[in-house]
Parts: sequence; C-alpha cells; structure tokens
Amino acid sequence: MHVIQTHKQEAMIGGGVLTALGLVFSQAWLLVLASLVAGLPIAVNAWEALRYKQISIELLVTIALVGAVLIGEPVESAVVSFLFLFGDWLEQRSLAKTRSAIQGLAAAAPKTARLVDGVTVPVGQLAVGDQVRVLAGETVPADGKVIGGQANIVEAAITGEPDAKRKQAGATVYSGTQVSDGTVDIEVEKTGYNTVYQQIIDLIEDAQDAQSPVATFIQKFARWYTPLVLVIALLVGLVSQDVRLAITILVLGCPGALVIGAPVSNVVGLGFGAKHGILIKGGDVATKLDQIDTVMFDKTGTLTQGKISVTTAQYWTPDEANVAALVAAVEQATAHPLGQALVAYLQPQTTPVVEDVKVTRGVGVQAQVAGHTVSVGNQKILKQPQTPEQRAAIQAIVSGGASLVLATVDDKLVVAYGLRDQLRPDTPAMLADLSTNGKKTIVLSGDSQAAVEHMMTDLPLSQTRGGLLPADKVSAIKAAQAHGEKVMFVGDGINDGPALAQADVGVAMGSGMDVAIDTADVILTSSRLTNLGVLFDLAKRMNVNIKQNLVIAIGTVALLLSGLLVGLVDMASGMLFHEISILLVIANALRLRHTPRKWQNLTAIKAHQPQTANNEGK
Amino acid sequence: MTKLVYQLDGLTCPSCLQKIEGAVGQQAGVKSVKALFNSSKVKAQIDPAVTNADTLKKTITDLGYTVVNVRSQEA
Repeated sequence: MHVIQTHKQEAMIGGGVLTALGLVFSQAWLLVLASLVAGLPIAVNAWEALRYKQISIELLVTIALVGAVLIGEPVESAVVSFLFLFGDWLEQRSLAKTRSAIQGLAAAAPKTARLVDGVTVPVGQLAVGDQVRVLAGETVPADGKVIGGQANIVEAAITGEPDAKRKQAGATVYSGTQVSDGTVDIEVEKTGYNTVYQQIIDLIEDAQDAQSPVATFIQKFARWYTPLVLVIALLVGLVSQDVRLAITILVLGCPGALVIGAPVSNVVGLGFGAKHGILIKGGDVATKLDQIDTVMFDKTGTLTQGKISVTTAQYWTPDEANVAALVAAVEQATAHPLGQALVAYLQPQTTPVVEDVKVTRGVGVQAQVAGHTVSVGNQKILKQPQTPEQRAAIQAIVSGGASLVLATVDDKLVVAYGLRDQLRPDTPAMLADLSTNGKKTIVLSGDSQAAVEHMMTDLPLSQTRGGLLPADKVSAIKAAQAHGEKVMFVGDGINDGPALAQADVGVAMGSGMDVAIDTADVILTSSRLTNLGVLFDLAKRMNVNIKQNLVIAIGTVALLLSGLLVGLVDMASGMLFHEISILLVIANALRLRHTPRKWQNLTAIKAHQPQTANNEGK
Repeated sequence: MTKLVYQLDGLTCPSCLQKIEGAVGQQAGVKSVKALFNSSKVKAQIDPAVTNADTLKKTITDLGYTVVNVRSQEA
C-alpha cells in the first residue's frame, strides 16, 4: 500500500501519458488503464482514511472515478484522475514557496559545533557549560556568553538587523547568528529547543497555524462539508436517477480554495513579518491589528534608547573626587538604571567598602561608607534645608526635563545630577506616521510628568502621562477599553508584562525576548520603531488578501454550481476549474511576500515623509 | 504524559488535517492531537503507559504521509 502512496508522481505521469495516447488514438481501453494508474493512489488513500473512519476528498473522487468508468465515460475518469494528482503536485510545490520564509530560518541552524579543544560534535550533543569556538563565516550553534576572543556578529536571524555587532568577553550571543569576522569562544547556556532562535521558529510555526476566527470557522465547516457532499450526491443520484449528475457533484464538491484561502495568506504574511524582525503570534492578531485606534507607549527603552547619560553634575564640596567615589560605591550596590548610568559616568578608581545598605523604594539608597552616612536618591532624601543656590540648581534640572539624583554625605547635600535619556532616532517619524493614519498616540511612563512632557515636546502625541506604576498603566488601558477603544500597548516586555497582556494587542520591543514570547502578541526583535508602521501595513494587507481569497473561492463554487445547473460543466472541466482556483488563491497569497514600495528600504531608518495621508487607517 | 511532535513531509490539503487528527485521536492513550497545516506538524499528547511514538507514527504513515522526524518531551 505504502509503495503506491509514495509513487503518486509516477502515477500522475503514467496516467497523463496514457490519457493523451487514449485521446489521440480514441482507444477506450487506454483511457480505462489511465484511470486505473492515476486512480490507484487516490483510492488507496481514500481506503486508508476510511479505515480510520474518515471521509476524505479522495473518497469522493474515487467514487466519482468508479462511477464514470461504469457508465462508460472513460475520458472523464482519465482526465479527472490525472488532474487531481497534477493539482496535488502543483499545490505541494507552490505551498512549499509559501513556507519558504520559515524553512529558510530552520535550515540556517547549524548542525555541528566545534568544541574549544577542536573536537566537532553534532549540535544535539551540546550541553550547558560546554565551551565552543566559532570562527569567521560560521553560525553560532547555541546561546551563551563570550568567554574569549572577539568578533563581529550579524544577528539578522534574531533581530532582522543586517549590521554586525561587536561582541567580546561577557557579551551574550545567540544560536543562529553569524560571525562575520573574528573568532569567539562561547560558554553554552542554552541548547537546542531552548535557544531563542528555536523559540522564534516554534513561535512562528505555531502562529502560522493559529488561525483567524474566519479561518477557524471555515475549517470547522470543512469537517462537515466533505461528508455532506457525499450525502447530497447520493440523494441527487437517487432522486434524479442520473449517475452522471451525482458523480459530477462529487467532484465539484471537493472543498479546495475555500479551505486553503485564509491559511495560505496567513502563512505568507507572517513569514514576511518574521523575515523583517516582526513576529506576529497568529492570524487572529492580524485581524485585531486592523481595528486598533489607540496606541499606548512605554517611554524608557521604547520611545527612548534606554541609554541614560548624565547631562548635569553640580557639586557643593571642595572634594569632588572623593564625593564621586562615595556616590559610585553606594550606587554600585543597587541595580537601579539611573544608578547604573551614574556609575558608568563617574568611573570610580577606588571602591570603598560599603556597609549597611538600605534601599527605600521611591526614595533612594542609604549606606555607611568610610565612616560617613551616604544617601543617594531624589528630593525625599533631603533632611536639611538647601541654600538658595542649591534650590535654583535643582529647579533648573527638573524643569529642564532631566531626571534628578541627589546625594548627601552625613545629611549635607553635596551634589545634584541631571540624567537624561535620548529619543530613538525614528521615534518622531513613527509617531507622525501613526497619527497620519488616524491613530491616537499616548505615552505612559513611570517618570515624573515634567520629565515626560519635556522629553516629548514637539512630538505628535495625543497625550502624555507620567508618574505611573505598572498597575496604573494597566488601569489606563482598561479605562480606554471601557470607552470602546481598541488599544495597542508597546513596551519592553520586561517591566510591562501586565500592560502587554491587558492591551488588545501587546507589542514587545527588542530586549527581554524570553518574557515577551509569553505575554506579547507581537514581538519586534529589532529596535527599529518604523517596524510598527510595517506591522500595521502588513496586517491590513493580510486581511485584504484573505478577503480576496474568500471571494475567489466562493466565486468558483458559485460559478461551478450555476454552470452545472445550465449544463455547461462536466466532471473534467469541474476538476480543472477547481484546481485552478486553488492555485489562484496560493498565487494571490504569494503577493504578500513582496515589500510594498513604501517600506522598500526597510533596513535604513528614513526621515518621515507625510505621503501616507491616503492610507485609510482608522 | 508525553508530548510528541511529528514533522511531516509537507501537507497539501487542509482535509489531511481532519484525516490525521481523526485517525490519531481515535487511538487509545491519545489525550489530544493537533495537526498543523502550515508547519506540516502533528502535535500529540499521549499517555506513555498506553501507547508510544512508534504506534502513532505508523498510523500517520498508513494514511500516506511521510514522517521526517519525531520530537518527544516528557510533560
């Protein structure tokens, strides 16, 4: 049995040749033979499915073929069996194209790894803690930390970014990324199915099969459709006593383009996104994206680069170096992003011993260093009144929109720092693009209202809201949803998990892949904000494409049925149209692989051009 | 409970999904089964005391599909 099933292609060619010969020489026995050759694999598949109590399309076709031969129509049976196999073969080939984006990703994963001692092992045998060496031109075989050497590594497979990044000791490298030059030794931290790369592939594969509501409905429908066609054909045959009509209905009834139409658009669309660093978790997300009218953003690390730098440092002490060392020592004991930025700025030469560290949330940190009580934090650490000069300096920093960090030594204010983040270069263009498309844009930030407003001046935002805790962000989203708005939240995935989950569509950016994979609906693996515009555009194109495919599919069925009623359609031409409609929807879906002109230069961040006014976004 | 993932050699017709899900789902010890059209995968959760990866593989090959590889995971 299995031999026959695996030789469909030979059966198709054999059936085709015999059919041609039979037609040319008008030999009925050749046509019957052709039907037998091409029909056999169809019948075997039908039988195997029947053994598991499944009514398959093959069963419908097999009955039709047998019927056609019995009523003396060997031409029809020969042509139909050949067309069925030929269509199947064409579908397989064209569907392979729709899957190519993912298969390209999967194929890029390396098969072997070179251990530091020179031994080559299959990737499957790598274990956490192994040390591997990756040379220029090779692909990193596992996730891990660089422990030696340095190299330029292209992370396009993960982020879609084509530019190489310099990696040296301590840096994290990902499986699937490529070393463009240099050599690195890596200590393996994650292997095989646990790597970020494999998670991305799994995510996309699952996403491509997570269907939109329309597609799910059609598939449920299809489950009943095939047996239903069989029953209808049987009834028609019994009532009309017309076997020819009954078997024609069997052939026309094969659910083809209708069932394949929506999935195939999703596969190509999501594959296109994946190639450009946009991971969409399923066709239903694409449907929801089209309804979004409000986009809420986290600020730090999303609209800004999240790289905080010190812009003001005002000391009130004769011994700046000593104070700097004390502040740095205390901040080194914390993980606060502002503290980290300060340490990086101060570059302490010596590290005094820090004792008795007390962190107060929303205030700062206090510790004993070199016999002094040192406090670093916001204005709440101040216990003594400031001089007018100090008040003026603090006021200047705050009103300038910078984040304020003060330090006291033995309760005496000694220094005020102003720290500032920087907007991403493509933030203004992205916001302008969204508001041109009629979307409300709102910033939700944990920073003070003054700092948020100052940073966001002149940006096309509908609203800026500062001083929010993570829970406040969730309430803000809920409030908007209660007003009937469809909300997208864009955040970094680490701190914004609840907001990402609450939003109708949660978009996680760049960092924090592991967390984001669980909570976000869309993951932008690169830090390119313009991808948000590409995302909306892609969703719209996918939804249009699905509708077009449904029109093609339903149109074909309608056309065939009315053709049948007026007697224009017979079995062979019915099968032909049926196969053509399937190839049409696949071809239509494949159009999604092309980058629209607007986004042609996806790799470069381009200045915004307000030419998108006619894009009918809501 | 064991999670099995079969990679098949390209599914062409969405009706294959019904066939596979129906056939595999009927087997004793199969808790759940999902055939994925686009990635050409079959994911199943089985009770390892009742059935195993090879039994289900045979069911799938019987239906006329080629299994490229199987991934098994204790869950």
